[in-house]
Amino acid sequence: MDVFLESLREAGRLLVSGDGYVWQILLLSLRVSGAGVLLGLLIGLPIGIAVGLLRFPGRGLVISLIHTGFALPPVVVGLFVYMVFSRSGPAGHLELLFTPAAMIIAQALLAAPYVAGISMAAVQAVPPDVRLQARGLGASPARALRTHLAEARLGIFAAVVAGFGAVISEVGAVMMVGGNIAGETRVMTTAIVLETRRGNFATALAFGLVLLFLAFVVNALLTRAQQARTRAGVHRPFA
Amino acid sequence: MTPSGETPSADAGNEPLLCAERISRAYGERTVLRDVSLELERNQVLAVLGPNGAGKSTLFRILLLVEAPDAGRVLLDGRQVSTGHAEARRRIAGVFQRPWLFRGTALANVAYGLRARGMSRREAESVCAPVLDALGLTELADMPADALSGGEAQRVALARALVLRPEVLLLDEPTANLDVTAQRRFREDLEHLVRAHARAAIVVTHDAAEAFALADRVAVLENGAITQAGAPAELVGAPATSFIAAFTGAELLLDGLVEAVEGEDLLAVRVSAGALLRGRLAEGHEQPVVGARVHVAYRPEDVTLGPADREASTSAVNRIPVVVSSVVPTGGLVRVRLDGAAPLAALLTRGSADALGLTRGVPATAYLKAAALRVFPA
Repeated sequence: MDVFLESLREAGRLLVSGDGYVWQILLLSLRVSGAGVLLGLLIGLPIGIAVGLLRFPGRGLVISLIHTGFALPPVVVGLFVYMVFSRSGPAGHLELLFTPAAMIIAQALLAAPYVAGISMAAVQAVPPDVRLQARGLGASPARALRTHLAEARLGIFAAVVAGFGAVISEVGAVMMVGGNIAGETRVMTTAIVLETRRGNFATALAFGLVLLFLAFVVNALLTRAQQARTRAGVHRPFA
Repeated sequence: MTPSGETPSADAGNEPLLCAERISRAYGERTVLRDVSLELERNQVLAVLGPNGAGKSTLFRILLLVEAPDAGRVLLDGRQVSTGHAEARRRIAGVFQRPWLFRGTALANVAYGLRARGMSRREAESVCAPVLDALGLTELADMPADALSGGEAQRVALARALVLRPEVLLLDEPTANLDVTAQRRFREDLEHLVRAHARAAIVVTHDAAEAFALADRVAVLENGAITQAGAPAELVGAPATSFIAAFTGAELLLDGLVEAVEGEDLLAVRVSAGALLRGRLAEGHEQPVVGARVHVAYRPEDVTLGPADREASTSAVNRIPVVVSSVVPTGGLVRVRLDGAAPLAALLTRGSADALGLTRGVPATAYLKAAALRVFPA
């Protein structure tokens, strides 16, 4: 029991003291996972919307692939990105391996299936008659699509939240392509692994608590944004 | 000036405003519409009347230019238009059966089409104001759409189309989601509002009362095909199919076999309960052969009743001895069910029912003119 109390105290101390080491890791985690989710949105959202709205041959296969992506092991993604960016790989000349950029790319690939799958479901849950009704009032195809997506907004926010949750907590991919270099590519999860191996359980647990707290704060902010958008939609008549 | 194929719309006065030509549509194996043709004149309200599953909503979407037919074409002012025709789509507005309100306030919903046409927010609001007022929605303008009741949402959905002052207004089952009282009130509003805001309208409905209340002309859609089109009085007076006869209020049908062909279109039919009735062949049908199965349709108001023991002075060829099985007051009239060699129903005034002393078990004679019985091949 002592180790837990000790860790809690340590966690508090680390956060309050503004320890440079901790804060640097925390900010890098946010940066990598934030950028990873954004990039994942750019990839996953168009796919999710297109698959949700369009009917085309092979659609079932695409959906299965997206859902398989939910179970994508981070180490496999890490391996893939590693091979692409390794010295002998096709993008080796970019020298991105063991940089935050490689970590962002790996996390984007992990987040994209979540974003695609959940936004697809959200878009599909809106009855097609909504878009037809918009068209029936003279809306252009683009405006009718915007109206349709606005109806799916809560689900699309959920896709962002799920995508962020998937990447902020993963360790396999960032470890493989980032290398856990102190001050350069060390993030919360890789720091936890390292401190645990060193036997610094208190520090590791402290990082764990900080990570949880971070996830909570980010999700709280996202939820607030989501609900605020709903309220704004209500009060701003011509949004 | 001779009209040419490229008649400008200003000269198109003789053309129907909206015209569907031999529209067909199938979903996979299932044919929903077959060779449907319709014409909508200016200043006309046309009802498309049909049972559920007849293809009404598909026809609605095709006429609204949000779905393309497999075959046939839609003409607006004599010119072919399609789903990609932005200018044509803006002359037509439609209200779906379910009031699909969008995110935002009631006002934002009503202004949606105007904003889609590039109107400024301020201008759109001023255009919406009188329509909101006419529909009793002014108080609700700032309410979020998802907080509105079913009836309110339906009115917002209608207002959303009316503010556009469309040349063709299309309504799919406009009162289907309302309770009976709200239906009656909404229907009265509708008749007035549609004529005030739209040049012409098509109301798609399964409700004959609604079709007759709103429309100048009714087209009946059965199993994906138009079976009759005409003024309400024409449909009631000379229904082309047994379905239309049932739909338009002569809901009373008897089954029987043709026993003799007695004249140009006069048939003697032995109904299954035993009576031999003489009726006219419904217009537009082939003369059935003796022994053919037929339906005989009549209106309860065409049945007259007399005492059983005394011959009434009437020219009616059908005289059927009956026994009263029930007497049900309906408003100012009394509906009397009759058992006998032809089970019938009659609609009488309360006065004549009392004068005949009609109560359960009383024998009587029912009279029906041959012209009041329409015979349809089964």
